[in-house]
Amino acid sequence: MRLSRVFTPAFLSSLTESVFAGAVGFVVGGLVLWVLGYNPLSTFYYLLQGSVGSPTNFSVTLNNAAPLILTAICFAIGLRAGLFNIGAEGQVYVGAAAAVAVAFFSLPVGLHLALSIIVAGAAGALWSLPAFLLKASRGVNEVISTIMLNWLGFYSILWVSLNWLVDPNRSEKTISVPATMRFPDLLGGAGISSAILFSVLIAFGYYGYLWLTPSGYELRAVGLNPDAARFGGIAPKKALLSAFALGGFASGIAGAIQVAGRGPPYAIYTTLGNVQNFGFNGIGVSLIGKNHPVAIILAGIFFGALQAGATNVQLYARVPYEIVQVIEGIIVVAIAAPDILKKIRGLGK
Amino acid sequence: MSDLSQIGFLSIISLNAMVPVALAALGEIFAEKAGVVNIGLEGVMLVGAWFGIYATWLTFNPFVGIGMGFVLGAFFGLIHGYISVYLKGDQIISGVGINLFALGFVPFSIVAVWGVAGAFSSPVTFPLILTPWGQLSYWVPITFVVGVVLWYVLQKTRLGLNVRATGENPEAADAVGINVERLRLFATVFGSALAGLAGSYMSVDLNGAITKEIVAGRGFIALATVVFSGWNPLLGIVGALVFGFAQGGSIWISFNPAIRSAIPNVDFVLSMVPYIATLVVVTALGARSRVPKYVGIPYKRE
Repeated sequence: MRLSRVFTPAFLSSLTESVFAGAVGFVVGGLVLWVLGYNPLSTFYYLLQGSVGSPTNFSVTLNNAAPLILTAICFAIGLRAGLFNIGAEGQVYVGAAAAVAVAFFSLPVGLHLALSIIVAGAAGALWSLPAFLLKASRGVNEVISTIMLNWLGFYSILWVSLNWLVDPNRSEKTISVPATMRFPDLLGGAGISSAILFSVLIAFGYYGYLWLTPSGYELRAVGLNPDAARFGGIAPKKALLSAFALGGFASGIAGAIQVAGRGPPYAIYTTLGNVQNFGFNGIGVSLIGKNHPVAIILAGIFFGALQAGATNVQLYARVPYEIVQVIEGIIVVAIAAPDILKKIRGLGK
Repeated sequence: MSDLSQIGFLSIISLNAMVPVALAALGEIFAEKAGVVNIGLEGVMLVGAWFGIYATWLTFNPFVGIGMGFVLGAFFGLIHGYISVYLKGDQIISGVGINLFALGFVPFSIVAVWGVAGAFSSPVTFPLILTPWGQLSYWVPITFVVGVVLWYVLQKTRLGLNVRATGENPEAADAVGINVERLRLFATVFGSALAGLAGSYMSVDLNGAITKEIVAGRGFIALATVVFSGWNPLLGIVGALVFGFAQGGSIWISFNPAIRSAIPNVDFVLSMVPYIATLVVVTALGARSRVPKYVGIPYKRE
């Protein structure tokens, strides 16, 4: 492939927008830190150190990125079909619980993990179905239905975890998944889980589906112009179903990765603490990656790095680790208005 | 307790629970009538809840505290409005960003300010109206008044006509001399301020404390209420009442010892009722109402 085909003007302007939004996130986030009496520079230093400062830290970055890439894909495939599907959050909970349920069975290595991934993905897809049915039959806006499903998922998985999946010896978590069901670490001994490799493969798979198959073409056609697509003989509902189900499948697997892809605890905390916010942050990842499966991989690693640095920041700069969530939010707000950049350029003229 | 006092008690907790959804929905109806949608309501409520309790903690005055929720809501409305109206940005993405920001900022600042993780109680809470069946918030009658006044303003005044015009046909509004951009910014700021107030009501009055999950989807329930009210403030109040009674009812049932012993961890099951109720209502009513024509679309002068 020639470089001039990759670095098109559209690509470069997308890249500029994302990088600019990232910069705004750090500048405004720095201001928030400064106002609250923290040192922004030392915070950013520890953020960088915690994310890429050592092979172990970088492994945390990649392990964080693995589920984020998948939840971002859920949002992105929705957007490609013209949906604003923000249901990944709940689908992650459901997928994680389904994976833990598979841990109750004894199966050989390989088969156990494969089954848990499929069951988790199917559970995630199933959890997105009501949103599709309500949209297709009653025209219910998916923003409302998916958020309601997120909260229903939150409370039902809390309930299921405490009543059925709970570890009899340690009530703060569910049972841990056995070694036969865990993602193996990649070679090299830095603790990088193969989950990241798996996520990247899935991202390329979704890319292939969207751009190389007739069904993917139809999905994008419906997203670009539903009326024209219908006129061209495409059934919009079928495309919406694919977008919801494939999105739910990806986020369900993200849930499986959170329990089988990295440990400890190789389980769900019964507060759901270790499966929360992946869905919402996936939206940010997708937007920074301009909703393109391949760019999402890089954006996912970026957000994964931020989250990896967060613990380090809390430990050494004594800044609450949620600061990275603050920065992520500001980045997304900045993404909303690419024209800020034009305004700033205009000032220099 | 007698049946009557049971009904009285249920009504009071339901009315108190209605307020945040109603206030946020009323503000959003006004903003959307002018053509700006804010799906960051949830986040604005969350930061409003934090700032309300922060101001109460600083001043020891719950009136100032609740008011500060309104002020911070207005500030976020200014940001969202500026991006949506003047920078012609994507309103949905900006709203998502506000939600993500709040998701981090609130737990962050609870730790940063008070050094505690997760929850902080308000040192004083807003006074309540004592009734024979329980304590009713003053914000219940205030919310009804806000709803009626907003309906009157939108339907019967010049300002309301101008607001509706900027949402239905901005070009025509511009042609007759309405400053579309300024009016849209004003409507967004006002709508967001009410959402901030809804948040500070929750932390300084309803719950008397803040947690990172305090808003728990009410911002989105308010958005649903806006749609199924058909952008009518009076029906918006009715919609919020449905939510209020769903929540009040689930709290009321949870006091029943027989149910508590029958289902383990029943609170989690009962917590789902308001979300199910919202889904049922939006499904039953469907997409029958007419959306303001230019909602979500920036106005660019030709």
